[in-house]
Amino acid sequence: MRRQKLNQVLTYILLTIWSVIVLFPLWTLIINSFKPQKEIFKDPFGFPKDFTFDGYIAAWKTGRFDLYFTNSLIVTVLSLTFILLVGSMAAYALAKWKSPVANFLYVFFIAGLMIPIRLGTIDLVRLIKALNLQDTIWSLIPVYVAMGIPIATFVLTAFIKELPGEMFDAAKVDGASEWQIYSRIVLPLMRPALATVAIFNMIKIWNDFWFPLVFIRSEESRTVALGVSLLFGQYRTDWTRALAVLSLAAVPLLILYVLLAREFIKGLTAGAVKG
Amino acid sequence: MSQTMSSAKRREGLFSNENRRKITWVLFLLPALLIYLTFMAVPLFDSLRLSLYQGEGYTPTTFVGFQNYIDLFTNQLWRGKFFGAVRHTFIFFAIHMVVQNSLGLLFANLLSSDFKGRNFFRTIIFTPATLSVLVTGFLWTLILNPNWGAVNKILVAMDLRQWALPWLGRENLALPIISLVSSWQWVGMPTVMFLAGLMGISDELLEAARIDGASEWDIFWRIKFPLLKPIIGIVSILTFVDNFNAFDVIYAMAGARGEPSYSTDLLATLFYRTGIAGEHPVGIPNMGMGAAIATVTFLILMAGVLFWLYLSRRQLAEEA
Repeated sequence: MRRQKLNQVLTYILLTIWSVIVLFPLWTLIINSFKPQKEIFKDPFGFPKDFTFDGYIAAWKTGRFDLYFTNSLIVTVLSLTFILLVGSMAAYALAKWKSPVANFLYVFFIAGLMIPIRLGTIDLVRLIKALNLQDTIWSLIPVYVAMGIPIATFVLTAFIKELPGEMFDAAKVDGASEWQIYSRIVLPLMRPALATVAIFNMIKIWNDFWFPLVFIRSEESRTVALGVSLLFGQYRTDWTRALAVLSLAAVPLLILYVLLAREFIKGLTAGAVKG
Repeated sequence: MSQTMSSAKRREGLFSNENRRKITWVLFLLPALLIYLTFMAVPLFDSLRLSLYQGEGYTPTTFVGFQNYIDLFTNQLWRGKFFGAVRHTFIFFAIHMVVQNSLGLLFANLLSSDFKGRNFFRTIIFTPATLSVLVTGFLWTLILNPNWGAVNKILVAMDLRQWALPWLGRENLALPIISLVSSWQWVGMPTVMFLAGLMGISDELLEAARIDGASEWDIFWRIKFPLLKPIIGIVSILTFVDNFNAFDVIYAMAGARGEPSYSTDLLATLFYRTGIAGEHPVGIPNMGMGAAIATVTFLILMAGVLFWLYLSRRQLAEEA
């Protein structure tokens, strides 16, 4: 009994130490973004005394965060829509079509889980140029959809396979076509799995820096990640502004995470746990 | 009678039931397949082809066989940087494997017992994984700043001035420090996966061991650890794949050239400078060579994945 108490105390101590290591940087990031530079250097850990929005105003004026947010939002929402649509259609066929073709395609799709799409970047640069999409946000969407298909087919196929088979038989006896079964039965039932896939891809796409860095030059097409990297470079010595830029990039997803922590954790570890 | 007749009729021709069903399934698969092929599979495999060519700009047209690979492995200009990048990438991966995954296993084990605030701690441990890698990298660059950063301020305040080092400025320190920052960010992933594995172990088994007087230490190593082996395999291979194309954290904390003096240069940063941005000061990408670097990375990844598949198959066979 005493040993168990001791174990529990130790558990709390270790987890509290790590929580401080996690929260402390985030805490200093946010409070210091409201302090003038001098105060950051003099008193980096306290509440701001000389409360200021200068960093945010400067970041918003030099950079065009409204634009970056809009771009990131358009890219993320459209990519997710396509991933869920084509991914769920493919998953339905992969789960229900008894044929060697389906088995082969299943392996072909999920092989993408192990191979980073970035290794094909050189060819993608040429392809995007050939399609005349370079330097636009539209260059990102097809690449992100392709990147999301492996996890979508993996998670959704497993989900459909676990649905009771009698349900499908009953629908067929009633004369429903595959399209009807897919859109009226499978899609509504699949909502939790679709949410998992959506969150997994949302974090990857929203935070992706590599493809904007490679495809995009002009201000009009910048995403949040690309804007942050360019602004941070400019502000390296002005900490108030630098921290304001980082806070602007981090806070939206952090708020969403705090609200939906359970779904986020399930989403990000999707695929791994089941595999 | 009439029913068998009509179904026999329907089975004939191109638009028989059988074929129509096949066509339906193909239509379901086609959109995903086309996008996946065009923007993932074909570019990946065409990169392999491209690595056999040389030429400037977007159209390397001169076929040179394996010359790019020969240059990469033997030419003075490339050899040092390439093997340096391979070595650094392995070190980067190894530090994640040891630090991130051991911490993950520890946290999962702590979180698997029943106590108040469990979900709260789990949520916190996972928080950094939702940040952009770029933001994490930039943030820690400021925290590790030798003059103004919080880490050195705390060390000075604790009278440990001799430990207040320029963390990202020393060649032997920068790579381990960046690996630790990245481990800080991703430790929630192995934690959650191990936790799922531990929750699957039956309470009765653990309770029986406790009644027999086994310590928590023994229970962990004798019971939990062996049962977690498959998950340890999955976590390892994911750590391997994710870190073998790490780029953002290096770019944020050490720049595209892996400062100081290439000591943090990974395969992905070398690939970026060579094949996409163009090496300083010329600034013209060498796509053939870039493709060769990507191909080598691809082959190392494949070797790792196949090795893992082999190990997990063998373990399955042993258990059966």
